[in-house]
Amino acid sequence: MTAAKTALTGTVELTRFILRRDRIRILVWIVAIVALAALTATGIKGLFPTQAALDQTAAATQHNAAAIAFNGPAQALNTVGGQVAFQFGALGMVLVALMSLFMVGRLTRGEEEAGRLELMRSLPVGSLAPTLAASLTVAAMNIAVGVLTTVALLAQGLPAAGSLVFGVSFILIGLFFGGVAMIAAQVTENTRVVYGAAGAVLGAAFVLRAVGDIGDGTVSWFSPIGWAQKTRPFAGERWWPLLLLLTATVLLLAAASVLAARRDLGAGLVAARPGRPTASRSLGHPLGLAIRLQRGALLGWSVGVLVIGIAYGWIGPTVDAFIGQNKALAEILAGAGGANLTDSYFAASFRLVALLATGFAIQSALRLRSEETSMRAESVLATPVSRWRWGASHLTVAFAGSVILLGVAGLATGLTYGVAGGDLNSAPRLVGAPLVYVPAMWLMVGLTIALVGLVPRWAGASWAILAACVVAGLLGAVLHLPNWLQNLSPFERVPQLPAQSLTLLPLVVISAVAAGFTLAGLFGLRRRDIGQI
Amino acid sequence: MMGGVPQAISISGLVKTFGSTRALDGLDLSVEVGEVHGFLGPNGSGKTTTIRVLLGLLRADAGEVSLLGGDPWRDAVALHRRLAYVPGEVSLWPNLTGGEVIDLFGRLRGDLNRRRRDDLLERFQLDPTKKTRSYSKGNRQKVGLVAALASDAELLLLDEPTSGLDPLMEAVFQDCIREVKAEGRTVLLSSHILAEVEALCDRLSIIRLGRVAERGTLDELRHLTRTSITAETEFPAGSLADLAGVHGLEIDGKHVRFEVDTDHLDVAVRRLGELGVRSLVSHPPTLEELFLRHYGDELAKEPERVDGNRNATP
Repeated sequence: MTAAKTALTGTVELTRFILRRDRIRILVWIVAIVALAALTATGIKGLFPTQAALDQTAAATQHNAAAIAFNGPAQALNTVGGQVAFQFGALGMVLVALMSLFMVGRLTRGEEEAGRLELMRSLPVGSLAPTLAASLTVAAMNIAVGVLTTVALLAQGLPAAGSLVFGVSFILIGLFFGGVAMIAAQVTENTRVVYGAAGAVLGAAFVLRAVGDIGDGTVSWFSPIGWAQKTRPFAGERWWPLLLLLTATVLLLAAASVLAARRDLGAGLVAARPGRPTASRSLGHPLGLAIRLQRGALLGWSVGVLVIGIAYGWIGPTVDAFIGQNKALAEILAGAGGANLTDSYFAASFRLVALLATGFAIQSALRLRSEETSMRAESVLATPVSRWRWGASHLTVAFAGSVILLGVAGLATGLTYGVAGGDLNSAPRLVGAPLVYVPAMWLMVGLTIALVGLVPRWAGASWAILAACVVAGLLGAVLHLPNWLQNLSPFERVPQLPAQSLTLLPLVVISAVAAGFTLAGLFGLRRRDIGQI
Repeated sequence: MMGGVPQAISISGLVKTFGSTRALDGLDLSVEVGEVHGFLGPNGSGKTTTIRVLLGLLRADAGEVSLLGGDPWRDAVALHRRLAYVPGEVSLWPNLTGGEVIDLFGRLRGDLNRRRRDDLLERFQLDPTKKTRSYSKGNRQKVGLVAALASDAELLLLDEPTSGLDPLMEAVFQDCIREVKAEGRTVLLSSHILAEVEALCDRLSIIRLGRVAERGTLDELRHLTRTSITAETEFPAGSLADLAGVHGLEIDGKHVRFEVDTDHLDVAVRRLGELGVRSLVSHPPTLEELFLRHYGDELAKEPERVDGNRNATP
């Protein structure tokens, strides 16, 4: 038997094991993404039933810098296919990328960190088999998403070439970010850092293409998402940008395997340095511990929000310039509220940032659950720390972190807009605007702790609820979601500053619901057994 | 027996169920102030569940539990100032160092004694600057032990605390527990290491299927089991078979081997004398035998049980 063959021994069995173990997770990702693609296509056909309607929206959108910044270049927007690519292209690629990086991190470094990989490797399993099995699984998931998306679009009667190039670009984007995560998993020992680093690359790719698409498109060539959109699905397809993606992906995977060969099991390339022999003064109470455990994540998210804020602030002055002299069109775009286009643009970008930052808030609140399942909570609760205090410690980070992230977003957006537009007086209005989402984020934190306290096995459902809010917020109109359904999302109930004026009532109601959930959760946490898995 | 001796732990009729699994089924346990009490039982017999009830992490379904004179569920915070706990599997935050974790627990408990902490680090040979991510199982266990032993807690709840320790460190641990006992503090020691229990414990309780099967001092429990005897006699020893309490009789010419219930030892030895004993070797029952006798044959008949709480991955 050759050396290479030995290194791969067990790959098939391990792949089958992963597929068995993660079958629900795998199915949910695939079905959710494909279903959203299909529903977007149906939604667009319903929203613009005639060619005239399509022409009208195409004419308006191509002057709408805000929509372009969020979605991508305006390509063939007067066709159903072009609209699908515009409305769901960037979002779908972000979802596929997230799916790949979470799965890769979980199946490689996550297994290694938990010590389970060691057990696997002690069996007659080749040294490359676990990594290869993880790669095969993630590749298969991406291929399934891509193929099924193509099939779904074909079933909606969309042109074959466009459907195909659209599906293939999903596959390649997924593989690309899987490769990024694979490299991160070799460099660091910590699974959370893998997610953070790969997520940062994804954020940078999204922002670069936004900046490029608003300008002449050059900057977009620095973004893998930009490459995928340069294939122009449904708008005179170009296949060769996919070669760029394919080459980059192959290079990433090659680099990852070179790095993997140079390190020991359990180690990263960046060796862990010795730390403090004694605890600092702040690490002496539950809140100090919670801050210590979460500060890295908060810092990472803050940087992410900062970069997005700067990017959208930078684009801001272009929004009005895009529309030029066409006053009538500007009014249509800004909606019935009579707000100006720039304000609508900022309102939309703040809502996006708030939805994004809620990822941190939920992750932060779920820390209570992961502390419990890892049995670390019992050591803390065996000291004179009450369950209230323990629960409140991580929740304080979640609540305060929400305010900090929205504050950073406001500052970055407002100041950059002021500088870029040469009008610093406009900054203060923007700086505070994102804070209007604080109660909505707190509501999501409250919901999470309610699940943790009352139905701990279902704590992870908070992610699904956030996903539903994202869909309601970004695709609600396209999907024809009924109003009452969209309004279930707290993010849709918040006055959309600065486009709308501040009304306190919804904020008060949302805050009250958040407080109710939080108290219910803490109460449940105090009454139930700890350490139940 | 309860008399005037103050009880650190007193449990009667404790029941705890997880779904359809009855993890504790009317457990009674009493630990006197100042004693080292051994808590033995096979995997999944309910030792950890009992300790977690004592810590107020689990709520008892029925029965009475008193810990240091308080209710472990209701008075958890106040009671935890007076106790220290070491789990069988010390789970730590990977990005904190061992030293940081020890200090954290000391401060949360409010009685960090830096000199004792440094002394224990030295004795257990633990490097406090390493991130706990890089510790072996034994070293993680040491972090838990140092954190608990550095405290002034009047009660130590130790749940298989030495799993993963090497024999040198096991000796250090036993020294530490003797010091704790000398200071008049109380220890509940759940363990599988019978030599450890024999060396340290004043009394022990053996738990099986969620109930205490036996309790008492080691000497008292020895009476419940058999002494093995090997002898050489002048006359064939076949008549031993008639005696009550004699088991597993093997006769090979003048050599004889058998086990005898400790209660019947007296009669058996007298009979050996009548047979003209030339040599005699007798083994007192070891804790292993005690343990095996209690579970070996009986467990084989019982359906398999699970702990019901700590298993599976999140």
